[in-house]
Amino acid sequence: MAVTILAVDDSASMRQMVSFTLKHAGYTVVEATDGVEALEYARSNAVNLVLTDVNMPRMDGITLVRELRQLDPYKFVPMLVLTTEAGQDKKMQGKQAGATGWLVKPFNPEKLLATIAKVL
Amino acid sequence: MTLDLEMEEIIKVFFEESFEGLDAMESGLLTLDATADRETINTIFRAAHSIKGGAGTFGFMEIAEFTHSVETLLDEMRNGQRAVSADAVQVLLQSVDVIREMTQSAQAKQPIVTVGADALSGELARILAQKGPIAAAPAAAGTAAAPPPVVAAGTAPPKPVPQAPINVALDSISGWRIEFVPDPTLFKTCNDPLRIFAELAGLGRLEVTAHVEQLPLLQALDPSHCYLSWSLVLHAAVEHSRIIEVFDWVETVSKISYEPVYVGPKPGESSAAGAGAVPVAPARPAPLAESAAAPVVTPAKAGSDAGSIRVATEKVDALINLVGELVITQSMLGRFAEKYDPEDLESLRRGLIQLARNTRELQESVMQIRMLPIGFSFNRFPRLVHDLSRKLGKKVELKLCGENTELDKTVLEKIGDPLVHLVRNALDHGMELPEKRLAAGKSETGTLELNAFHEGGSIIIEVKDDGAGLNKARILGKARERGLIEPDAQLTDDQIYNLIFVAGFSTADQVSDLSGRGVGMDVVRRNINDLGGTVQIFSSEGVGSTIRIRLPLTLAILEGQVLRVGKEIYVASLVSIIETVQPTREHLSSVAGRSELFKHRDSYLPIIRLHDLFDIEPDSRDISKGLLVVVESDGRRVSVLVDELLAQQQVVIKSLETNFKHVPGLAGATIHGDGTVALILDIPGLISNFLERQSGRIELAA
Amino acid sequence: MSMDIKPAGVAQAASGTEQYLSFLLGGEEYGVDIQKVQEIKGWDTVTRVPYSPPYVLGVINLRGSIVPVIDLRLRFGLEKVPHDATTVIIVVHVPGDRGERTVGMVVDAVADVYDVAGANILPPPEALGAVEKVFVRGLANQDGKMLILIDVDGLVISSVVGESQAAA
Repeated sequence: MAVTILAVDDSASMRQMVSFTLKHAGYTVVEATDGVEALEYARSNAVNLVLTDVNMPRMDGITLVRELRQLDPYKFVPMLVLTTEAGQDKKMQGKQAGATGWLVKPFNPEKLLATIAKVL
Repeated sequence: MTLDLEMEEIIKVFFEESFEGLDAMESGLLTLDATADRETINTIFRAAHSIKGGAGTFGFMEIAEFTHSVETLLDEMRNGQRAVSADAVQVLLQSVDVIREMTQSAQAKQPIVTVGADALSGELARILAQKGPIAAAPAAAGTAAAPPPVVAAGTAPPKPVPQAPINVALDSISGWRIEFVPDPTLFKTCNDPLRIFAELAGLGRLEVTAHVEQLPLLQALDPSHCYLSWSLVLHAAVEHSRIIEVFDWVETVSKISYEPVYVGPKPGESSAAGAGAVPVAPARPAPLAESAAAPVVTPAKAGSDAGSIRVATEKVDALINLVGELVITQSMLGRFAEKYDPEDLESLRRGLIQLARNTRELQESVMQIRMLPIGFSFNRFPRLVHDLSRKLGKKVELKLCGENTELDKTVLEKIGDPLVHLVRNALDHGMELPEKRLAAGKSETGTLELNAFHEGGSIIIEVKDDGAGLNKARILGKARERGLIEPDAQLTDDQIYNLIFVAGFSTADQVSDLSGRGVGMDVVRRNINDLGGTVQIFSSEGVGSTIRIRLPLTLAILEGQVLRVGKEIYVASLVSIIETVQPTREHLSSVAGRSELFKHRDSYLPIIRLHDLFDIEPDSRDISKGLLVVVESDGRRVSVLVDELLAQQQVVIKSLETNFKHVPGLAGATIHGDGTVALILDIPGLISNFLERQSGRIELAA
Repeated sequence: MSMDIKPAGVAQAASGTEQYLSFLLGGEEYGVDIQKVQEIKGWDTVTRVPYSPPYVLGVINLRGSIVPVIDLRLRFGLEKVPHDATTVIIVVHVPGDRGERTVGMVVDAVADVYDVAGANILPPPEALGAVEKVFVRGLANQDGKMLILIDVDGLVISSVVGESQAAA
C-alpha cells in the first residue's frame, strides 16, 4: 500500500525537489500549486501526509491546514508546514491552525526524509 | 535520470521561476505608490520570499542572504509598518537588478559577484533603520493574502516564551528529567507523544512514567483529547538544546520543564553514570554543494533561450488536427495511385487540391507556432521609461497598445534593440523638460505610446511621442554642415526626416551617452531593413513625432514577384513593389550622362539597370523594350529595369549565407517549382547602394 | 544523380593512415579527406550569383539547401571545359563560424579511395604551379603515383568567403 504525500508549493522548483526526493524514497506524491488546488483535491481524496509551503497566493499554507482539519478524513493526517521562519509567532499560528510540525527552509533532502519518517 | 541530472533540471526550473519572479517584482514595484493595494505588495513580497527560499535550498547563499534584506523591507511594507516611499521603491528596483545579475551568474555557473549586493545592502539597512512613516491602512483589494492571526476559541493561550537552553557541562550530568504536560488538544495536530519518546529513546535509556489522574470515566472519554502527562528520565548526557529540539513541535501546546540530572557532588538522583559526553550537535541542514567554478562564459541574457519556444496548447492541438487531416488525404491519394482508373482521375484531381489546401494550412499553422505576442518585447519598457525619465528629469507616461499582436519569434528578438533605441531617442531628444512643456501650453507629463497592430501581411509598430517634434531647420543645417546634401538642395519634409537615419548624423549638441552618438539611427534602420521591414517618420514641430515600423509577420516566407532579366530569374518582395510600367521614350531622360531617369507621375525616378549591376546579358538594353518596376523603401523610390514579369507566388526564403556568403543586392534565395534556385532581391539594399554610389553622397529623388 | 559515398561498406582506415577520395583534374590526381566528403553528384542547373569570381559558378539546390559550386579547374587556373551530363560534383562539408558549410566542387572525374599512411605524406614543395600552397596539405606517394592532398577547409574558405568582387 503506497504512502501518499500531498505536496503543496507555488514554486515549481521547490515542488519538484520535494517530489523528486520523496518519490525516490518510495513515496507516492501528489502535487498542488496552491492551497485552493490542494483543498479541491483533498475534498475527494485521502493522503497519508500533507506537506505545504506557507507563502502562497490565493490560500496560504496555514489557512490550508486549518481548512483541511475541518475535513473528516484529514482530522488525523499529519501536516507539516515548510517555512523560512521559525519564530514563535509563526509556530503558534501553525499549531493553532492544526499543523503537526514544520520544516525550516532551506532544508536538504535527508532532513526532509528524516522528518517525514518521524510522523508516518 | 541520475540524481545529478534530475537536480540540474530542477535547478533550471528554479532559475526560470526566479527570473519570472523578478519580472513580477519589477512590474509590481513600478505600479507601487502611496496608495498601492495590499495585493500588489503581497505579490512582490511573495516573489522575493520564493526566490530567497529557493536560493537557500539550492545552495545560492549570496542570493539568499541579499534577498533576505529585500524581503524584510517588503515585509514591513505589507504589514503596514512602513509606508511605500519613492526612495524605497527605487532601492527595491535596483535590488531586483542586482538579484537578477547574481542569478544570471549562478545560471552560467560563474562565481556570484556581490559588489552590487553589498552596496545595496547598505542602502536597505539605512532605510530599515529609519523609522518609516506608518502606512495608512492600505486599500484592501479583494482577498487579503496574509491572514490575521487566529484567536483560538476560548481562552487564548498566553504567548509562550521559547525555552532557553540550560547550560551544563556534559560531563557533569548523567541525563535529564523532563516533565511533559501537553494541552488536551495535542492530538488535534497529530502529534504523537510516542513518537517523541521514541526519538528521545534514540539518545539514551528512557524511563517513562505516565500520569493518568486526569483520565475521566470511559463514558466521558473523548479519544481525541489528551488526558495524560508524563514524567521522563533520559539517561543521556546530551546538550539541553538537543532535547528541546525533540519537543520543538509540541512546545507551544504543552508545558514542559527540564532538569539536568547531575553526577557526583550535585544533589539529585543519579543512575548509572552516563557514558562519556557524547556531544550531539543539533542537526543543521547541510548547505548543498556549490557548483564548481566553470571557465568564464558570458552569462546568457535572463530568460532568453534560442533553443526553445513556449507554445500555447491550442496552437499545438490545431497543428495536430491538421496533420491528421493531411494523413487522411495522403492515404486517399495513395489508394488511387495503386489502381489507376480513368474515372478516378477526377477524384485524384480533387484529392490533390485538398492536399494542397491541407499543406498550406499546415504551413500557416506551423508558422503560427513561431508567433509570439509583441508584449514580450514591450515589457521591458515600463522599467526603461521609468528609469530614463527619472534620470533625465522628465515626466513621461508610457502607454502600451496591442501587446497581444503576434509576430515571428526571430523578428521579435531582433526588433527589441531598435525599439529600445527609438524609445531612448524619443525621451532624450523628443520629450521636453516639464517646465518647457508647461511654457508651451502642454501638460507637464508627456505621453509616449508604443502601438502594435496588424495591417495586411505585416505588423506595424509605432513609437509615438507628444514631444517637440523634429526640428527641420536644425536637421537641414547639420546635413549641410556635414556635406550630406547639396547646399541648395530642395528637400521634402519626408526627405529631411529621413536624414536622421544617415550614418554619423546627430543633431545632439552634446552627445549624451544615451542616444546622441549618431551611430544609433542608421543601425536601427539597417536592422529593420534586414528584417525585411521599413521605417517611416511623421513629425510636427511642437506637437510630436511618430516613428512607424512595418515588419513582415514572418521571416521565412515572402510574397514574391518572380521576374526575369535575360536568362536569370529573380524574386522581388511584393511589399516593396508599387507598380510596374511599360515605359515609353517620352518618359525617359538622362542627366549629364550620369543617371537615367524615368518620369513617373509627378516625379523623376532613377533607373537601376539590374543587368548592369549583376552583369547579365539582357533581352535588350533599350529601356523602352523592357519593363520598369517601381519599388520603394524608406520613402525612396527607384525604378528597376527587367525583361519580364512572371508569376506572383509565395516563396520560402532560404539563406545564402549559411553555405555561401552575403551578397550585396540579394536577400536570400528560394527553390523554384522546378527545383532550381532563384535569387531574392534585397530591394532596400539595392536602393541604398545604388543611390549612394551614383553621386558619392546622399542622392534624393527630386 | 547522387551517390552517398559513405555507406557502412567503406572500411575504417587503419590507424596511422587516413582515407582520401581522389579525383582527376587536368591530368593530375588529387585527394580529399574522405571524412569531409558528403556525397558525389552529377551536374545540376547552377544559378549564377552576381559579384562572384569566375570559379564560383553559382548555387544549386541540394535537398532544400542552397549550396555554392566551385569549378576547381578555374580555381586552379586550368582551362575551362564545358559542363555536361558526365560532369561530377564532389559535395564537401567544412567547419565554418556559423556551423558547417556545404560546398560543391566540380572536378573532371572521381578516381578511387586510398588509405594513405601518414609516413608517406611529404610536405608541399616550394614550386607548385597554379595550385596555391595554401590548399595543399602535402604530397603522397601512393602505389607509385603522386597524389596531391588538398586542404579542403582552406580551399573552400578562400574560394567562397575570401574574395568578393565589388560591384561595377
